[in-house]
Amino acid sequence: MALFARIPRAPLEYSRTLWMRLWVGAVMLFLYAPLIVLVIFSFNDSKRNVVWRGFTTKYYEKALGNDQLVEALLNSLTIAALATIVSLALGAVAAVMLWRFRFPLKGAVDGTVSLPIIVPEICLGVAFLMFFAAVGWPTDLVWPFNLGAITIAHVTFCFPFVTMVVRSRLASFNREQEEAAKDLGASEWQVFRDVLIPHIKPALVAGALLSFTLSLDDFVITYFTSGPDTITFPVKVYSMVRFSVTPEVNAASTLLIILTVALTFVALKAQGVKAIAETH
Amino acid sequence: MTDPAKPIIQIQNVSKRFGKVTAVDNVSLDINAGEFFVLLGPSGCGKTTLLRMIAGFELPTEGRILIDGQDMEGIPPNKRPVNMVFQSYAVFPHMSVADNVAYGLKIAGVKGGEVKDRVAEALELVKLGGFETRMPDQMSGGQRQRVALARSLVMRPKVLLLDEPLSALDAKLRAQMQFELSELQEKVGITFVTVTHDQDEALSMACRIAVINKGEVSQLAAPSDLYEFPANRFVADFVGSVNIFEGKLTLDEPDRAAVDCPGLGKIYLNHGVTGPHGADVWVALRPEKIYLHVPGAGKAVTAAAQDAPEGHNFARGTIRGMSYLGDITLFEIELETGARIRVSRPNLSRRDQEDFTWGDKVSMHWRADSPVVLLG
Repeated sequence: MALFARIPRAPLEYSRTLWMRLWVGAVMLFLYAPLIVLVIFSFNDSKRNVVWRGFTTKYYEKALGNDQLVEALLNSLTIAALATIVSLALGAVAAVMLWRFRFPLKGAVDGTVSLPIIVPEICLGVAFLMFFAAVGWPTDLVWPFNLGAITIAHVTFCFPFVTMVVRSRLASFNREQEEAAKDLGASEWQVFRDVLIPHIKPALVAGALLSFTLSLDDFVITYFTSGPDTITFPVKVYSMVRFSVTPEVNAASTLLIILTVALTFVALKAQGVKAIAETH
Repeated sequence: MTDPAKPIIQIQNVSKRFGKVTAVDNVSLDINAGEFFVLLGPSGCGKTTLLRMIAGFELPTEGRILIDGQDMEGIPPNKRPVNMVFQSYAVFPHMSVADNVAYGLKIAGVKGGEVKDRVAEALELVKLGGFETRMPDQMSGGQRQRVALARSLVMRPKVLLLDEPLSALDAKLRAQMQFELSELQEKVGITFVTVTHDQDEALSMACRIAVINKGEVSQLAAPSDLYEFPANRFVADFVGSVNIFEGKLTLDEPDRAAVDCPGLGKIYLNHGVTGPHGADVWVALRPEKIYLHVPGAGKAVTAAAQDAPEGHNFARGTIRGMSYLGDITLFEIELETGARIRVSRPNLSRRDQEDFTWGDKVSMHWRADSPVVLLG
């Protein structure tokens, strides 16, 4: 503590106490140590993943040269993009509807909208498996239509999150703005486009990010709804791990981490960090 | 400026009920073209509901509203020739000042060049020239209000509605905006209808004031008439501060009247009161209309009657409370009857506040035309 003794610590300046620093350090270690190990060992020049044997990037080349893996990644990105777009539209409309209107059975709708978040994923997965079998969902469609089943399943658990963030954003909407727009001559649609949408925009960005990342890394539900031609990235990684944990899996995972971090960064930049923070 | 032949807004037997609650109860009033009209009342009296019915955000349960001779029934807010400045200003936070002001014009399909000119003109009018590219979150509350004003004025409405326009401003700015709003109203010549609970605001800005109580119009009058000739106890009490004493009308002739008040004694007036003999009435006396002095000062006599100038009423009492407000000092005086009366005294010289202190015996007198006799 003598190191910090020059400037006395303010009463609420906990970040300068030793125990707080230790605690924060422990939390960071707990959160990120596995990821850091994963990234480091993706450069390990060894077939087995336990002992460090020198630096190499050959497993990245191998991963990128693995056609099945690249195809799975492409599938994942396509599904995530489609699921995000549909979830945004569906979730935002549901949120506005629940916030703006009174209608019969509103309470029931309100409760069931968030049900897919609560129901265990494994149950949803089984449910989808049985549902698509029961309706005789075609499995022999060409790409990207063969991803339909997975996309529908992903939308189901993604859009409630969009509804949730949009609703919490709507709670802070000043209804006088809506009236002001109407007073200036705007129609219902113009009020929606010019006043309401700009207000919920940060929530839409946050909801899109949530949907995209949830869809991208979903394993359980996807596992039950994917066919032999519709392997997604997490499912592919899982099948690779079943044989052996090679640095190739590490490399692939590292690429996925970089991809999601980059996407988040771009979205934050595009919207301004402040706008994202406002929703929370 | 005022053309009494042609009211711009006619409110005819309008009532508004929310479930079992009656917010506005059978109100009828005309607002003249070009006047600064104020709806004044305590919170929850229905004044804002009335304003929102003119704007079209609420629909009357009964009665009808005409704007410029046209019945507004079935006409939505976005089609009415009125614009509103909201209590929260409701400036669109994601648009620049210029975009905010231009919004209504763009919706109306006004061409680009004209939009630019009219926006510049409106911003100049509210003294925000040069603020075009600012965002609302970079502005103070007072500036945001000016944006809201410009945004409405740019539409050149027949009537501008203002909902508690000054309530969110601090005292100094409020006083300044009172003048500016009056000035602006005269400059643009548009009818202003303002809702407020602040009597100072109403008195200083209005051509005419409608005092609203429990959904009904208590009195409709010019500011000075409202203050000096209140029609009933509610108006007397709500506008300004006042001493009210209950009494019986014992004498009522064309040129004089007398009221016997148990609290204040017998009050003489030099004008008639049109009320039945022996009726229960109330005498309202404003604190600043009472003169205060040391008993017997000036004349070495003990009778209180001789303290007062010819034709004045008088009373005696003891000072029980005092509050020094700088420009005036407020006294609370216990009368010999035990009733209390409030008297204000201007501090005309720098040591005036030292003339009286707690427990002093004092004499009071007031002109025979100062009290107002109220029948209701």
